[in-house]
Amino acid sequence: MKKLILVLAFLLPNAVFAAGGGAHLDTADYDLTDKASLQNGAKIFQNYCLGCHQMQYQRYQRAFEDLGIPVELGQENLQFTGEKPGEYIKNGMPADAAAKWFGAPPPDLTLVARVRGADWLYTYLRTFYVDESRPFGVNNLVFPEVGMPHVLQELQGVPRKTTEEHMVDGEMVERYVGIKSDGTGELSPEEYDSAVLDLVNYLVYTGEPSRLESESIGRWVIIFLLVFFVLIYLLKKDYWRDVH
Amino acid sequence: MFKNLMDWIEYRLPIMRVANMHAIQYPAPRNMNFWYVFGFLATIVLVNQIVTGVWLTMSFEPSAERAFASVEYIMRDVEYGWILRYMHSTGASAFFIVVYLHMFRGMIYGSYQKPRELLWLFGMFIYLALMAEAFMGYVLPWGQMSYWGAQVIVSLFSAIPVIGPDLVIWIQGDYVISGATLNRFFALHVIALPLVIVILVFLHIVALHEVGSNNPDGTDVKRKKGSLTEAEKTKFKIHEYYTDKYDIIDDIVPFFPHIVLKDLVAFSLFLIAFCYIMFFNPGMGGYFLEHPNFEIANPLKTPEHIFPVWYFTPFYAILKAVPHKLGGVICMFAAIVALALLPWIDRGRVKSWRYRCGLHRWNLIVFAGVFIFLGYLGGTPQEAWKIIASQILTIMYFGFFFLLWIYSKNERTKPVPARITG
Repeated sequence: MKKLILVLAFLLPNAVFAAGGGAHLDTADYDLTDKASLQNGAKIFQNYCLGCHQMQYQRYQRAFEDLGIPVELGQENLQFTGEKPGEYIKNGMPADAAAKWFGAPPPDLTLVARVRGADWLYTYLRTFYVDESRPFGVNNLVFPEVGMPHVLQELQGVPRKTTEEHMVDGEMVERYVGIKSDGTGELSPEEYDSAVLDLVNYLVYTGEPSRLESESIGRWVIIFLLVFFVLIYLLKKDYWRDVH
Repeated sequence: MFKNLMDWIEYRLPIMRVANMHAIQYPAPRNMNFWYVFGFLATIVLVNQIVTGVWLTMSFEPSAERAFASVEYIMRDVEYGWILRYMHSTGASAFFIVVYLHMFRGMIYGSYQKPRELLWLFGMFIYLALMAEAFMGYVLPWGQMSYWGAQVIVSLFSAIPVIGPDLVIWIQGDYVISGATLNRFFALHVIALPLVIVILVFLHIVALHEVGSNNPDGTDVKRKKGSLTEAEKTKFKIHEYYTDKYDIIDDIVPFFPHIVLKDLVAFSLFLIAFCYIMFFNPGMGGYFLEHPNFEIANPLKTPEHIFPVWYFTPFYAILKAVPHKLGGVICMFAAIVALALLPWIDRGRVKSWRYRCGLHRWNLIVFAGVFIFLGYLGGTPQEAWKIIASQILTIMYFGFFFLLWIYSKNERTKPVPARITG
C-alpha cells in the first residue's frame, strides 16, 4: 500500500506539469465588472498593440457601449484613422509584408484570451527580458524565441534576468531570482503589473463579450429552474402517492 | 364546436389514437428508477440541437473564408446569438453524457437481451450516426482543432488497403481538407445525418413500445392473456393495443402523467446543470470547447497536441494503443461492433445485474472504469507510461466481452422475483 501511494505521489505532479506545459504562470486576477480597468486596457491596446495586431471580429462601437465609453469620446480618443464606429478594429498592415518582417504575421487578438488563457497573457507580457542573440534584442520566458519586440518597454523599462549570489555549502552560487526593470520606464513595477492586468482584462472581454451579461442572465435562469424543480417534484410526489 | 373539429380530424388522422397508444396509455413498470430518465433527456437534447441548429444555420456561412468569422458574428452581432451557440455546443456534450448513461443502463439491467435485440441495435445505429454528426459539426467552426481533428479522423480511412488513399480524396472532395470538405460536412451535418437520426429514433421508440420497457428487476409485467384475475390486473387505463394481447399485472403506471412527471423532475435537474454550464462556463475548461479552436484553421501550423473532443477520447486511446495503423482502426471499430453484438455475446437468461453472479457486477463496474480511464488517456498528451496503460486497458475493454461470453453460459444466478420488488 505504501508503495502504491509513493508511485501515485510521483505520477500526480508529472500529470499536472504535463497539462500545464512549460513555465510557471502567474494568476491574472482580472475583473470584468471593473469598467475603469477595461477602459484602460482598451487604451493600451489601441496605443501599443493595434500597430501590428488586429481585432477583426470586434467592432469599435460594441466595445464603446460595453465599456461605458460615449461614442464621440471613443472616436476622438481611441480611433486614430477616422473609421466609422461600426467598423471592426483593424490596422493597415499588409499581411504579406508583416510575415516577412516578423517571420509570421502577427496573430489576430480578438480571441487570444480564449486560445492562451488570461494567466498566460498576464505572465507573457511581464516576462520579456534582454537577449542580444534575438533579432529584436528580447526573448520571453513563456514564449521562447518569440518573434515580437518588447512593445511595452516604454512603460516597463528595460527588463533583465537578474541573479543574486547565495552562499550554498560554503560556496557562492549565482541564482536566478526573476526579471527586473532598469527603472527607465514610465511606470513602477507595481503600476506596470496593474497596466498589464487591465490589458488582459480587456482581452478577456473581447474574447467573449457575452460574459458581461451571461452570468446575470444565468442567475435568474437558475433561480427560475430551482422553483420549477420544487413545483414539479411536489406534483410528481402527489401523483405517485397511490402507487405502491 | 372544438370537439366536433377534433372528431372531424380524428376520423381522418389518428392523432388521439396514436397519442394514447404511445404517449399516454403506454404501460411502464412502476419501478423504473433514475437510470430510466436518460432516454427522455436524449430526446429533449435532440430537439434542442435541431431547433438551435436551424437558427444557427441562418447566420452561419459554410466556407473556409467565412466560417470562423461567421461564428464570431453569431457570438457578437446576432441578438442572443451566443445563447443559441452555447445551447448547441453544450447540447453536443450533453447528448453524449446522457447517451452514455442510457447505454450503461441498458447494460446493467440487461435491456439488450431477448426480445430487445433489435431495439439495442437501433440504439447502436443512433450512436454511430450521432458520432458522425458530432464529428462533422465540430469541423464547421473551422478552428485549429476543427481542421486538424478532421485531418486525423479522415486520414484513418487511408489505412484501408487498396482503396484507402482514393477514398480519402473522395471524402474530402479535394486533395487536402479544404473549403470543399467543410461544405459537404455542412450538408451532411444539417440535413442528411439529422434526418437519419430522427428516423432511427422513431424506429427505436416504435421497437421499444412493441416489446415493452424493461425494468431494474428484469421481470416481465405482461402475462399471458386470461392468466390473471381482475384483482391482479392493473387499475390504470391502458390502451387496448396492449391489453388485447396480454394481461398487464398491477405493477405498472401509465406513461402520462406518472412517467412524464418523473422525467420532468429529472429534466429540471438536468436543465439546472445544463444552464449552469451554458451561462457560467460554456467551454468547461477546454473540454466542451477546446482552446485551440478559438484560433482560425491554419493548414501550415500543426497544433502542439491534437485531441478529439472528450466523448471520442476512449476510442482515440484504443486507436493509439495499437502500434499498427490499420490494426488500430480495426480495433477502434471493433470496440463499437462488440457493443452492438452484446445481445449475442451475453448468453445469459437473467437480465438485471441484481440477480446475476457477482462476477457480472464487477465486470460491468470495471468496464465502466476502463472506459473512463481510456477517455482520460486519449484526451491528454502522450507519455511513455500512457502507451502501456492504454494497451492494457484496451485488452481489458475487450476482456469484458470475452469474460461475459464465457461465464454467461452456465452462470450461477439468483432467483428472479415473479413480481416487481419496488
